[in-house]
Amino acid sequence: MADTGTDRVKRGMAEMQKGGVIMDVVNAEQAKIAEEAGAVAVMALERVPSDIRAAGGVARMADPDILEEVIGAVSIPVMAKARIGHIVEARVLEALGADYIDESEVLTPADEVYHIDKNAYTVPFVCGSRDLGEALRRIGEGAAMIRTKGEPGTGNIVEAVRHMRMVQSQIKKVVGMSRDELMTEAKNLGAPYELLLSIQENGKLPVVNFAAGGIATPADAALMMSLGSDGVFVGSGVFKSEEPQRFARAIVEATTHYEDYELIGQLSKGLGTAMKGIEISNIPEPERMQDRGW
Amino acid sequence: MVKIGVLALQGAVREHAKMLESEGTTEAIIVKKAEQLDELDGLVLPGGESTTMRRLIDLYGFREPLQKFADSGKPIFGTCAGLILMARQIVGEEEGHLALMDMTVERNAFGRQKESFETELDMKGVAEDLLAVFIRAPLISEVGASVEVLGTHRDEIVAARQDQFLACSFHPELTDDHRFHHYFVEMVKNTKAALV
Repeated sequence: MADTGTDRVKRGMAEMQKGGVIMDVVNAEQAKIAEEAGAVAVMALERVPSDIRAAGGVARMADPDILEEVIGAVSIPVMAKARIGHIVEARVLEALGADYIDESEVLTPADEVYHIDKNAYTVPFVCGSRDLGEALRRIGEGAAMIRTKGEPGTGNIVEAVRHMRMVQSQIKKVVGMSRDELMTEAKNLGAPYELLLSIQENGKLPVVNFAAGGIATPADAALMMSLGSDGVFVGSGVFKSEEPQRFARAIVEATTHYEDYELIGQLSKGLGTAMKGIEISNIPEPERMQDRGW
Repeated sequence: MVKIGVLALQGAVREHAKMLESEGTTEAIIVKKAEQLDELDGLVLPGGESTTMRRLIDLYGFREPLQKFADSGKPIFGTCAGLILMARQIVGEEEGHLALMDMTVERNAFGRQKESFETELDMKGVAEDLLAVFIRAPLISEVGASVEVLGTHRDEIVAARQDQFLACSFHPELTDDHRFHHYFVEMVKNTKAALV
């Protein structure tokens, strides 16, 4: 008797990524650089978020060729993004052998009302959240890992910080509540009551919570770790920098030793220019990726 | 009281520490610097990504101190990626990482994540129904004469012991089943008593 796709197996996979960096890559060469630098996984994409933002139009699941190329190039896990609510893209990625699926607001949503029923899949899912209610709705649907939404492709950390702080402070609030306050809190957050009970018992989310969306420097990665992230996703940051190899290594080291400021200082020396970045208030509201999904 | 470290470069560190602490007679130490090894009676190499861990082991000068720790006779327990670090040979690679145990391992031997699974195993000297979670797990394809096989799954070796070294390709730390950790803690206690 052997059971695949159980919560323990799916959530456990994310537990193994803790303290690590997951990097966006668009081909085998970048995937190898990421693996060599010590990334714990790669996200196979057709375009990194900043290019998606620049290109406009509809962003979809990557060409299966890219996923297969990346799977063939590295031995670390390979993740891939499906559009929010796109049941079939997710099934295709699962069939192609993606180790984790990101139901991602970086792509253009396929469904503005319903997210994917992630419990129905054998492959685990990661989803973005801006607050505890959103995180728990996704976990209720079967997400085995949560990440902040941040504002992808901006190189601006402010939204990821906002989302991580929000989730952490809401967890603390729930932990400090008396049992009879929980149902009302569940109603206010729009979150499953049972998951609030679990948070109160364990003092933390039932799945790991990574930082994503706007991490552009080693110090950004260390900042997110010190705010309580279990690990970080770096999207456009690595391969939009001047020296991807060094940059990738520096981010990995800063994530491991996020409290060693002298080391982070050394790592940050002469790294060249980080991606330029965008001030959030300059992005018109309809173009804010974090507002996709609910 | 015994002090057992968990190598904390990357991976499921907290879960191991929690398991060890729940033994009551154990103090779990999160090991981020090589000098911390000096105060330990035993060490856990946790699950995670073995390529990442190996890179950080080299980068932070852990390799020699880990080897010295192993030579001192103190017990080491490797789970999943930890097992890979301990093997003398890795299929498809030139040499092992720490090469502590006389065995050959094959990485990702059960397939990709969708093939990952949990099951119950008969584990020699530990339990007849140990709950085991396999995540993109390696397996032990060959063992030397001095290695004792503790458990198999579908005729493949998934747990083994060689003197003070214990390794398994699954994750006991992701379950509520404490028996494998208890087995290791007993190893550490016995070794400590013998080394004094």
